[in-house]
Amino acid sequence: MKLKFAQTAASAAILAGIGMAGQAQAADLTLCWAAWDPANALVELSKDFEKESGHNMSFEFVPWPNFADRMLNELNSGGQLCDLLIGDSQWIGGAAENGQYVKLNDFFEQEGISMDDFIPATVAGYSEWPKGTPNYWALPAFGDVVGWTYRKDWFERPELRQEFQEKYGRELAVPKTLDELKDIAEFFQNREIDGKTVYGAAIYTERGSEGITMGVTNALYNYGFEYANPDKPYELEGFVNSAEAAKGLEFYKELYDCCTPPGSSDWYMSEDIDAYKSGQVALQMNFAFIWPGVNADPNVGGDKSGYFANPEGPGGHFAQLGGQGISVVANSANKDAALEYIKWFAQPEVQKRWWQLGGYSALKAVVEDPGFADSQPYAQTFLDSMAIVKDFWAEPAYASLLLAMQDHVHDYVIAGNGTAQEALDKLVEDWTEIFEDEGKL
Amino acid sequence: MTKTVVESLAEATPPRAASTIRGLSDRAIAWLFVGPTIALLLAINIFPLIWTIRLSFTNYRVNRPNADVSWVGLRNYERILNDPDIWMTMQATAHFLFWTIFFQVVIGFTLAWLINRKFKGNDLWTTLIVLPMMLSPAVVGNFWTFLYQPQIGLFNYLVAYVTGGSAASFSMISDVDLAPWAIVIVDTWMWTPFVMLICLAGLRSIPDSIYEAAECDRASAWRQFWTITIPMVLPFLMLAVLFRGIENFKMFDLVVQLTGGGPGSITELTSINLKREAFEKWRTGYSSAYAIILFVTVFGLASIYVKALNKVKER
Repeated sequence: MKLKFAQTAASAAILAGIGMAGQAQAADLTLCWAAWDPANALVELSKDFEKESGHNMSFEFVPWPNFADRMLNELNSGGQLCDLLIGDSQWIGGAAENGQYVKLNDFFEQEGISMDDFIPATVAGYSEWPKGTPNYWALPAFGDVVGWTYRKDWFERPELRQEFQEKYGRELAVPKTLDELKDIAEFFQNREIDGKTVYGAAIYTERGSEGITMGVTNALYNYGFEYANPDKPYELEGFVNSAEAAKGLEFYKELYDCCTPPGSSDWYMSEDIDAYKSGQVALQMNFAFIWPGVNADPNVGGDKSGYFANPEGPGGHFAQLGGQGISVVANSANKDAALEYIKWFAQPEVQKRWWQLGGYSALKAVVEDPGFADSQPYAQTFLDSMAIVKDFWAEPAYASLLLAMQDHVHDYVIAGNGTAQEALDKLVEDWTEIFEDEGKL
Repeated sequence: MTKTVVESLAEATPPRAASTIRGLSDRAIAWLFVGPTIALLLAINIFPLIWTIRLSFTNYRVNRPNADVSWVGLRNYERILNDPDIWMTMQATAHFLFWTIFFQVVIGFTLAWLINRKFKGNDLWTTLIVLPMMLSPAVVGNFWTFLYQPQIGLFNYLVAYVTGGSAASFSMISDVDLAPWAIVIVDTWMWTPFVMLICLAGLRSIPDSIYEAAECDRASAWRQFWTITIPMVLPFLMLAVLFRGIENFKMFDLVVQLTGGGPGSITELTSINLKREAFEKWRTGYSSAYAIILFVTVFGLASIYVKALNKVKER
């Protein structure tokens, strides 16, 4: 009896010990990200991590227009709000150079996480700084790219197909070039469909944060715009403001002038989604993250919508990279638990479930799975788009570079001031001054 | 005899404390009371001002804690004063300031003059008129973007109804020519009641006896208006102009919600521009110089204006 009591007491003590040890290790982790659909999917996904690890997850989601302001303020002020941050790809340079993110190379090596297992464009875009070097500051978390959504049901209407064929001498189908895209947008502009006036395309025109830059680059890249001389870094003249780049900017202005809904002078992701879902536009430019939501929408989802990659232009075939990597904030008091989260998140099974919940995994094992392309109506378009991505500057001075571009492009495209060439020339002046201030020129 | 509150407090004060206070001079007691306020002012107003002046001569960037900070002399000031974009924002601010104050004074005074007359429902009308200024500027900016919406906006619908045109044919916040007026309209709608209330206070402070004396002198209503009403309300009007001028010089929230400074940079007021430089481009030294220039401008103009206001009051 005594022995039994002793055994019971010992077992209880061990269990209590384990419990207490578990409590001591359990951390309250806060993950910061933008407030959008994928964030909700991540909350769902992270419940599994909480169950497995015993850590508690909290989330701080900030709406996109304020996301950069809020998070960069947090990093710059040395705040401890976020343990994990899914930050924008362009922040990586500043965060790395200012010691705001934890460098992950040793951790990746120790845990057997290889960057070769992820889509190369996402590694270069979300993880590396300096670019092209094996220095990693984030794990690719959410692959994203600008693409197009279109009203498949309108494209299939016989009377519209016939009219389009007569007018343009070709089928009303997914555009292969930017010019074809403009023709389609023009065709739908101010058209009466089901007793309602509809418009051609909802495109990015927002001025305050990054909107119009994320939109216009899809035209600029494909007309021949380059950020700098590929052989001489930071040499901008003749690359940013080449004649081809000016034509690309003119194209975007023409698209805005001819084929967008009235009053769409300050539209970004959410405004484009609203215009599309409310049946105002035939085409919508937006990041791929919206596709699961469009597909599930009762008004425009299912067979009513189709998806296509940014069409090519006379100077190439590219699309603006979006998406983010997940980083550990250097100021975090819970770095070990945060790294534990990244280790868990990198697992193929977790990445697979991430894709199922609506998150765009960047893991090759997921996207190269034979069933991936058919797993969702937009999966193939995602793959096609990720194969042609190009990203904005990720320099520490990216914010200044971005705002200069926002100002000059908006001033030309929306306000109609000056010429495309003048806008790009001014952009070169501003960017040169910024790089001079940075000591890069 | 009943004791006053002061006497009761004096009696309740412990003898040692009382003698300590009795030992202080009036000047020392005055400093004792004013001291905390001065300390607070120094900490949250004067020190940051001096710090900002210092930063304005450097190339400091708050987002680059590891970078070297160097002294750049007057370079930031030179750059700002020679930057055509900054002068554009100054122009936009001047346009906004002039027209908002003009409309608010004219409409505000007219409304006050009408409300000052006794009529049925006077109180109800006063309450309705002052409602806009009780709303948050962010809310006002947000719902006016809907009112200005070309396809569903009430404003466009009303204009189209009156002119017989199409509501979707114009966009107040997307058009370079209309956007500066779009922000003037909303600010006027929101803040005219404030000017009205100040004018109303002025109108109600005029003794009836002055008008009665003018009546006895057979002064016409027009003459009474110009020789009694306007001069006596003028100090109040000037005060309203001062308040609105200072407020609108630093206007931010309403315009950001409405236009975000666009299209192009046509409605980018100085405060919006300054915020972008300081907290989006993170050019701390440069934006400190910018802030100092704005501070000196507003402080200088306000000082001149207050002197003028005092002269009018003395008259």
